[in-house]
Amino acid sequence: MYGSWEIKPSVFLALAAAAILVGTVVTMVLPFAWINTEADRIEGVTPYTPLELAGRDVYIREGCNNCHTQTIRPLVAEVLRYGDYSRAGEFVHDRPHLWGSRRTGPDLARIGGKYPDAWHYQHMADPTSMVPRSNMPAYAFLNAREVDPELIRRKMGVLRFPYTVEQISGLRGKTEMDAIVAYMQKLGTGMEQSVAAVVAAPAVAEENPFADDAQALREGADLYRQHCVACHGAQLQGGIGPSLNALGMGDADLFQVIFNGIVEYGMPAYASLGQERVWKMVGYIQSQQD
Amino acid sequence: MDKPTYNTAIVRSFIHWSLLWGVVAILVGILISFQLVNPNLNLPPYFTYGRLRPLHTNAGIFGWAIGSFFALYFYMVQRLCRRPLWSDGLARFQLYLFNFTIIVAAVTLLMGFTQSKEYHELEWPVDILVVVLWVIFSINILMTIFKRKEQQMYVSLWFMGASLIGVAILYLVNSAAIPVSLFKSYSAYAGANDANVQWWYGHNAVAMVLTLPPLAIFYYFLPKSTGVAIYSHRLSIVAFWSLVFMYLWTGAHHLLWTPIPDWVQTLAMAFSIMLIAPSWGSVINGYLSMNGQWHQMRENYLVKFLILGITFYGLQTLQGPLQAVRSFSAFIHYTEWVPGHVHMGALGWVSLVLFAAFYYLAPRIYGRELYSIPLANLHFWLVLLGQLIYSVSMWIAGVQQAGMWHAIGTDGSLTYSFMESLVAMYPYYWVRALSGVIYIAGVAVFIYNLAMTARRGKPLAPAVA
Repeated sequence: MYGSWEIKPSVFLALAAAAILVGTVVTMVLPFAWINTEADRIEGVTPYTPLELAGRDVYIREGCNNCHTQTIRPLVAEVLRYGDYSRAGEFVHDRPHLWGSRRTGPDLARIGGKYPDAWHYQHMADPTSMVPRSNMPAYAFLNAREVDPELIRRKMGVLRFPYTVEQISGLRGKTEMDAIVAYMQKLGTGMEQSVAAVVAAPAVAEENPFADDAQALREGADLYRQHCVACHGAQLQGGIGPSLNALGMGDADLFQVIFNGIVEYGMPAYASLGQERVWKMVGYIQSQQD
Repeated sequence: MDKPTYNTAIVRSFIHWSLLWGVVAILVGILISFQLVNPNLNLPPYFTYGRLRPLHTNAGIFGWAIGSFFALYFYMVQRLCRRPLWSDGLARFQLYLFNFTIIVAAVTLLMGFTQSKEYHELEWPVDILVVVLWVIFSINILMTIFKRKEQQMYVSLWFMGASLIGVAILYLVNSAAIPVSLFKSYSAYAGANDANVQWWYGHNAVAMVLTLPPLAIFYYFLPKSTGVAIYSHRLSIVAFWSLVFMYLWTGAHHLLWTPIPDWVQTLAMAFSIMLIAPSWGSVINGYLSMNGQWHQMRENYLVKFLILGITFYGLQTLQGPLQAVRSFSAFIHYTEWVPGHVHMGALGWVSLVLFAAFYYLAPRIYGRELYSIPLANLHFWLVLLGQLIYSVSMWIAGVQQAGMWHAIGTDGSLTYSFMESLVAMYPYYWVRALSGVIYIAGVAVFIYNLAMTARRGKPLAPAVA
């Protein structure tokens, strides 16, 4: 009439546990033999410094992972937007992982080095001042909180990350804002930043194809407001970035700067916008020269 | 009158407290939905979106869902075993510990103490409280089963027993961490390993907390409400064992295209598709139990809740496997579509079944007839409307968002900046916030109806109880 498991709870519980454990062993336990092995190692990926770790813990505490992911998938648009796709070896020092599951805000896996520190300080304190219509909360209060060097030293020990006495004493007087900016600048920098976001195209024109096009000028102004104002100011007067009022640059040179960026000066590359839109920005900026 | 005296007081208490935590979960949900359209509603440091969102999910899962399961397991186990609860004292202690844990969880989450793992944010001391709760709960249920007066274990008992084991395994493995201080720990696993363990846990929490217990409740309360037995015992056996076996393989469908081994992803995708069968086994069993009884959808308000609940479970278990396909995941993952999916399960499937069970129990815990069936119907339509607006608006939003993220021009450039895609979401975010308000209105009607039943319902004839 009934199976023995239907009248013997001990038999039933043993069978249920067995059923649960099969898939568990195959898909959760076995992968440990495949992940974080020598094959995953990436030369440039190093543990976090004390300040970066403090920043990472602020990121965790504030629940940044509820809106930001940290893993770039090998999909065309994703690599264009965020940079090269993520590799397992980049995360070997991450306890816990912070890959996230939803992008209310952009992915941050390769945010490191994209903007200068000053951009982050201002953006964290008042996001909409840098990115109009952003819905990110303001984190100005991080400026008022100092990190605890002793606690961080203990954390470094638990994680077995290397550190020096100077690094720990250097934490004195550092704020949580300093820490989270340091963490932002670390993200994704362990790998050669082979940013695949350079849009393949025939040789770049020597002069602006939209030279006397009023519509293109209006679009250029719009693009400038969207992408440039935060650092170069509404009147091109400069701020985080230099003033653009008296450039004395040729169209083609200015195009190259915007298209490819100047990483060492904190100028991001805008290649993912495509050549046409970059030319329109060039046109607008040149129209505003004193 | 040789009926044993069942403990109904503990059932009533757990129902009241789980309702309270459910209201908290929805209110926090509404608050964060408004924060997404107006960032000025974030009040740092304690009340920012980043800290409130885990509070919303934890209050919903641990407070509302699990609190309700405590109540209903205690109710069902006594009747299915035809004996009182093994230990009334332990159950009473569990009630106090449960509420204490939820309060500690809420406070610590707002203070920013979090492990950051989704649906497992609670830091290690609170984790220990959760484990103690689950152990004493499991002992009480299992001892009642072992010492039962009924030979056969009914379907609901299988689902209950498996959920007790499943949650224990998942929670213990995923909580492995090294403490640094009282409220800070670091995961025992690193990087991609940590991600794989987390989503093995995360997806199977959906199985062991949001599928098995509501199914146990469905299998018990549908026949009780309609007066007609479940259609097929054999189908329930097949569906149960294949569900419990297959679910555990699917966690990595949350990690498609991420740097975990491809074979793990492929297995997760394959098993997710296969899961349609056992999921629909229960749906079909429910539908076929209604043979010749469909008129009850009109006449019996309880049946409406249960059949719509199992229908949303059916839709959920078609949509989920669809999202687990690599190509579709590439498009839709990380968008607003996913919260739309989750809330069909939470507001549609789980909550509708819980509402039905609580209505069924109302006369039995208050000793009075339900105050108002029209109000129960109003409650039904309000929560149905709120949930549908939520899910549908988010599915449309997700498709548009994905389209904007992936749009590439003829010259290979991205058509939209990230901010353009966010600004396009704001109208949908307003609609979502509104849907939450409609839903809470429905829940308010429900609670009012229960309160009036307790205070003013017609006393029952002594035969019923």
